Amino acid sequence: MHSLVRTLLLLLSFTLLPALPARAQLTIEIVGGAGTAVPISIVPFESEATWPLGITGIVGADLARSGLFRLVDYGGIVPRPARPEEVRVADWRARGADAVVVGSMRALTDGRVEVRFALVDATKSAVLASQVYTVTPAQFRATAHRIADVIYEKLTGAPGVFSTRIAYVTKQGPRFALQVADADGNDPQTIVSSNEPLLSPRWAPDGTRIAYVSLEQKKPVVYVQSLATGGRQAIANFRGSNSAPAWAPDGRTLAVTLTRDGGSQLYLMNADGSNVRRVTQSAAIDTEAYFMPDGQSLLFTSDRGGSPQIYRMSVGSGAVERITFEGGYNVTPRPLPDGKGMVFVRREGGRFQVATLDFATRQVQVLTQGPLDESPSVAPNGKMVIYANEQGGRGVLAAVSTDGRVRQRLSSTATDVREPAWGPLARP
Amino acid sequence: MRKLFLAAIATVFLAGCASQETQPEAPIDDKGAATAPAGGGTSTSGVGGAGVGGTSASGAVAGAGTGTSPLRDPANILSKRTVYFDFDSFVVKDEFRPLVEAHARYLVANRSARMTIQGNTDERGSREYNIALGQRRADAIKRMMTLLGAQEAQIETVSFGKEKPRNPGHEESAWAENRRGDILYAGE
Repeated sequence: MHSLVRTLLLLLSFTLLPALPARAQLTIEIVGGAGTAVPISIVPFESEATWPLGITGIVGADLARSGLFRLVDYGGIVPRPARPEEVRVADWRARGADAVVVGSMRALTDGRVEVRFALVDATKSAVLASQVYTVTPAQFRATAHRIADVIYEKLTGAPGVFSTRIAYVTKQGPRFALQVADADGNDPQTIVSSNEPLLSPRWAPDGTRIAYVSLEQKKPVVYVQSLATGGRQAIANFRGSNSAPAWAPDGRTLAVTLTRDGGSQLYLMNADGSNVRRVTQSAAIDTEAYFMPDGQSLLFTSDRGGSPQIYRMSVGSGAVERITFEGGYNVTPRPLPDGKGMVFVRREGGRFQVATLDFATRQVQVLTQGPLDESPSVAPNGKMVIYANEQGGRGVLAAVSTDGRVRQRLSSTATDVREPAWGPLARP
Repeated sequence: MRKLFLAAIATVFLAGCASQETQPEAPIDDKGAATAPAGGGTSTSGVGGAGVGGTSASGAVAGAGTGTSPLRDPANILSKRTVYFDFDSFVVKDEFRPLVEAHARYLVANRSARMTIQGNTDERGSREYNIALGQRRADAIKRMMTLLGAQEAQIETVSFGKEKPRNPGHEESAWAENRRGDILYAGE
């Protein structure tokens, strides 16, 4: 495991140093594996060494970091296969590899590069996937993530999330920054920075905008900002506090928490701030809304029953049903993409922990130890949860698989990292 | 080895950070009643180096003309501005009643005076839920003032949740300082 970490760091150092971004970057290492990792060998592509930034190193790092794959050494197999028909499965089976990735790269006259790859099942001697991409060298990293996504999907059945992005808030001295980076921590970019706190970043379903809360006006105000232009709009800046934005799956409606009519209550509004309508009518706190994937209902936190618990409300009828009953503090509901359960934060014996709940069985599975775990965000394939916690008095990010078996630590050079939000699947 | 490597990267990153803050001005749309200039030295940008929009503004707010008032006289109770709360509570404790009553009387006597009450919580628990808890503390102080004759329109209540702790510590003594409502008059 240590050598894997070292390999990852080496890879990062080689691939990042030429274009070192002037920002604190997250590095992700796996700290707990699945136990049943798929042994896979990723053979360097034919002619890959022609370009300083290759592809297979990134593919391998992606797959290894997921915790579901174990990289099998390709050294000593001569000649190296570049096409599926050149893969002698007996060689790979002898090394314990269940799958082999081969490919080739070829410079085109216009400066672009043709990248071919194939995924071979070494147990059945079958080609599981093969693709051709024509890309510029600047797109190698994105291409590598795409290839890793294809491999992940073919071998696990779930979409890969290596091409996705994450957002998070850093605190460096007095300065807060909302940053967007690739899912592997690469290429962090600050989209807004302020001397006042920023929180609750939420990706629009199409990944083009982010809603967030800023205290820059000496009160919580909800903004929606375009990632392409950096232009933004204060969509909720009413008297009182404006917070907890959540996008509907259609990308046209947001739920927010407003106090303009007294007390923290849930409202819906259009993404341009128009058509504000109140949807809860309680004397209690109603906040932290999150749309279910079908858009038909909202999960939210309320203390209407005397302690903060999670409820579900039908958007159409307004009917409310209580979801959590165990324990005195259950907050921050985040539905799983299949709509069959949710991730949330519970307090147990003074420790705040991330857990899952299955809606049908009401079964709770605790995923993390605490003591200060918060702000979970579910990957769009439902397999991983990124969350914030604290180590040595500073905020750090971590990730855990929704089955609790794979753990990742996301280290940063920033003083403090918090409020992670996993972006949507990349558009094909 | 790894630490060295990260430290080296940190140095380079930090060196690069200082020269990042030149964004052209762009208008900000404010929706809703209480509008204020963007403050806090905020700047925005897009990703991919393509578009750049943004804002940076100083948070200068016009004064409400409260004069050389008792509000800043250290001998006057009106200079006291913080109400502390017990854990998980939004009840204004008896020891803070004289303070709240004095500010209520000031608002009654000065109908043009406007204040904001900022609710805060300790660091435990959900950030968004703490925004709501801090709001409840600010609202509790406001309710006491309006019962004493202050007008609804004179007081805006907002919450910072756990985002702006007065004491950054992680023990009960720090938390006790952070469970509070702060009173600010317009222009302060």
